[in-house]
Amino acid sequence: MSLAQQLPALQIVVPLLTAPLVVLLRGPGLSWAAASAASVMAFVIAIAITSMVLTGGALSYEMGGWPAPFGITLEIDALSALMLLLVTGASAVTLLCGRASLAQNMDAGRQHLFFAAWLIVLAGLAGIAATGDAFNVFVFMEISSLASYVLIAAGSDRRALTATFKYLIMGTIGATFYLIGVGLVYMMTGTLNFADMELRIADVTDQRPILVAAGFITVGLALKAAVFPLHIWLPNAYTYAPHMVTAFLAACSTKVAIYVLLRFDFLVFQGNLEAHAIQFAIFLAPLALLGILVGSAVAMVEANIKRLLAFSSVAQIGYILLGASFASAAGLTASVALMFNHALAKGALFLAVAAIATRIAGLRLDDIAGIGRRMPWTCAALALAGASLVGIPGTAGFVSKWLLLQAAFEQGTFGIVAIVVVVMSSLAAVVYIWRIVECVYFGTPKNEDTTFAEAPLPLVAGLWLVALANVYFGLVPALPVTLAETAAADLLSHLP
Amino acid sequence: MNPTDTIAIAMLLPLIGAVGIALCGRWPNVREVVTLVTATSLAVVVWSLTPHIMAGERPELVVAPLFDGLSLAFTVEPLGMLFAALASTLWIVNSVYSIGYMRGNNEKNQTRFYVCFAIAISAVMGIAFAGNLLTLFLCYEVLTLSTFPLVAHKGDAATVRSARIYLGILLGTSIALFLPAIIWTYMATGTLTFEPGGIISGKLAGPAVGLLLGLYVFGIGKAAMMPVHRWLPAAMVAPTPVSALLHAVAVVKAGVFTLTKVIIYVFGVDFLFAQPSAEWLLYAAAFTILAASVVALRQQNLKRMLAYSTIGQLSYVILAAAILTPLSEIGAAVHIVAHAFGKITLFFAAGAIYTASKKTELNQLRGIGARMPWTMAAFTIGALSMIGVPPTGGFVSKWFILAGAFQSNNYVAIFTIIVSTILNAAYFLPIIFMAWFSKEAPGGKAHGEAPWPAVLALCVTAVLTLAFFFFNQPVLDLESQLVGRVK
Repeated sequence: MSLAQQLPALQIVVPLLTAPLVVLLRGPGLSWAAASAASVMAFVIAIAITSMVLTGGALSYEMGGWPAPFGITLEIDALSALMLLLVTGASAVTLLCGRASLAQNMDAGRQHLFFAAWLIVLAGLAGIAATGDAFNVFVFMEISSLASYVLIAAGSDRRALTATFKYLIMGTIGATFYLIGVGLVYMMTGTLNFADMELRIADVTDQRPILVAAGFITVGLALKAAVFPLHIWLPNAYTYAPHMVTAFLAACSTKVAIYVLLRFDFLVFQGNLEAHAIQFAIFLAPLALLGILVGSAVAMVEANIKRLLAFSSVAQIGYILLGASFASAAGLTASVALMFNHALAKGALFLAVAAIATRIAGLRLDDIAGIGRRMPWTCAALALAGASLVGIPGTAGFVSKWLLLQAAFEQGTFGIVAIVVVVMSSLAAVVYIWRIVECVYFGTPKNEDTTFAEAPLPLVAGLWLVALANVYFGLVPALPVTLAETAAADLLSHLP
Repeated sequence: MNPTDTIAIAMLLPLIGAVGIALCGRWPNVREVVTLVTATSLAVVVWSLTPHIMAGERPELVVAPLFDGLSLAFTVEPLGMLFAALASTLWIVNSVYSIGYMRGNNEKNQTRFYVCFAIAISAVMGIAFAGNLLTLFLCYEVLTLSTFPLVAHKGDAATVRSARIYLGILLGTSIALFLPAIIWTYMATGTLTFEPGGIISGKLAGPAVGLLLGLYVFGIGKAAMMPVHRWLPAAMVAPTPVSALLHAVAVVKAGVFTLTKVIIYVFGVDFLFAQPSAEWLLYAAAFTILAASVVALRQQNLKRMLAYSTIGQLSYVILAAAILTPLSEIGAAVHIVAHAFGKITLFFAAGAIYTASKKTELNQLRGIGARMPWTMAAFTIGALSMIGVPPTGGFVSKWFILAGAFQSNNYVAIFTIIVSTILNAAYFLPIIFMAWFSKEAPGGKAHGEAPWPAVLALCVTAVLTLAFFFFNQPVLDLESQLVGRVK
């Protein structure tokens, strides 16, 4: 077998096996270099996989040569490829450029452990995106979750401990719900493989346990994805985690949970459960709309910029779910494109926050007042990424907003409500992004220190890379849109 | 050079100029030379397109496909040609004026000012040449964002507050109304390309047409229809060259230009004429004209008064377009030019007065004609053009709009124009009288004219205002094509 055929397995194995190696290396510099190298390699593999998926369709890989449904298979279609790109890309960029920021958050003696945990999160998230087995998803979910609790609590901020504890409790409940759901489906079908489940579930005569399973799985994953009102773990976890961890996790972790939700629901439940499509839409759409409104409203008044951006994420998760709840080709396309574009915008914003935090002590709005003159490059990138989050044309955010509004227009009366909510939330985004930008450029600095103090070069370079990616994918949106369209068609092809 | 490349050059040139200005920031004289060279070459490039358009060509440039069959594309047609030629020509005059004004007032951050100005002009070129609504929307938002630093130039708390109103209204209306309107149009018709004769015809009917028109009219906030006009007086906190070129010509004209283009190329004049649900536009424009004139009458600050006068004059263009007859559509295009010359002169004069004497209020202007004869002479010409007195450019456009109104027996429009003319006279003539014939208040400090580049610039635009009365045939020829293609 050639190397190219082994790529799906390597995607998970490379970071997973580098993790213990990083622990053995011990030195902060060496362990960082090894972790970064593994991340970059994972990213390269993800790019290779994506190009293979784009040219040759979905990949299927049998672990250890065991055929499905007995062995575990990795199934990588357009949607998984897009998730892999997000996960590995976010990890590679943040690790490569974020060393200065990490060094500020923790002492050198513990950094190798931190990098090991990081790689395990990476392996776990990539595993969830790649696997075609329901129980395997649970295993990877636990791997990535446990390691991400470590990452969030790793900083010097003691408040991170309580935030992590909250996340741990809620995350565990979510994972348990998911497991209960998978167990019920297994009880009725005797299989854990997604594709096999889809076939066998059609023969199940008593649908009630399946329906209960769908409920457990949806709620469990909604917890993991921070769907309103199950989002309460998210703002504190994002706020008190080390800045680079926030940038990494905000870009991809909640989206992976939504990915599993879409996959499970469209592959297994929608085609087989009676009226489930309506249940799915009726359950998610109101939560999505409420999440959009509440997240945006809180973001408008929040004073700590990390919390502000965290609440904006709650709203953006609402956008993604809203698109999905339309259960139409246009809606799913919008939803998947939103995942990609929001990762770019929010990743860049949190990187900018990390860059600012290397020079400024606090992260409240009055702390960052007037730093535009001291950190011109960072602040310009911040404004650019903010424009993408708002959805100014010419940025990636505009493309996904266009797709979402277009999908909403197809929905009739409910669509009009959705449009009104999305438009209101966009205006709210103008307000909260504008509060930051105006403060940065026109605020009066707390102390009259106006020395030029740009963030470390790697951080600024990484920040600009992502910020320019926002513009690139705004003007040349072919890649995310093609992937999203293919993913939407794949998901819908499982419906009768 | 083929016309397609010319389109690209016209948009790239100001951007290259912006980079050059930024690099030469340390040497103000070199920087100003870069600005002037960029402005002049842009005007040459844009003017070189006119023979092609006059000959009936419609050069197209497709930059990149975006998504869903939409693309970033540019097409030059008569209306856009006129707008681009106007903006690029006045940019030269305005740059000369800016040099005098910015130095005369010792403004800080002058490099940022010139850079943002060049970017804004590039966006204006994009709006003028946009081949579809999506491209236009993109350039429209770039223009809003690039003018923000110009409005907030002073940077103090009051300025930032005004700039927030500016950005809030322009960005808010475009996101909340303009974008949904564009998507609705796309969903209904499957295209966003500007077509002679419109694209909506046969796709939408009844009240939906009126509603869609409403989304466009109030979504294009730059056209300053009441009640989304508040950003324009707020924008007056900017340095005067910004108020002159952007908030009397480029930005506000981008608004009415977009709206006219939507009426002609998206709805189609004939289609809209047959829609009872679209009639309200005429009344809304008429209301804005009269209400803005009344508010202008009550202003004490010169620039704010000019801003309200602009709001009224912009709605002339909308009114003219809404009359929906061939002559009035020409009148709309001509008024874009005529008002531009007159209003930029008035703003230049206001800025010159501020530079020379720091006077901003109307009642301070007593007897100022004796101290600043050139400036006030130009101001007088500009004001007469606003009222529509021959031999100024304002008379020409009013003639066409009125002719169009009589063509369709549109008494609402005729009444509005007459009353508005009286109101315009009522707020401009007292100022002119005061400036020339009143005695100056005792104790004022002695001052002469503003720096010579500023005076030169305002004299040039005043001459243009007069000249447009006599030499308007090329514009009429160009815009007749518009009607010819529509009919």
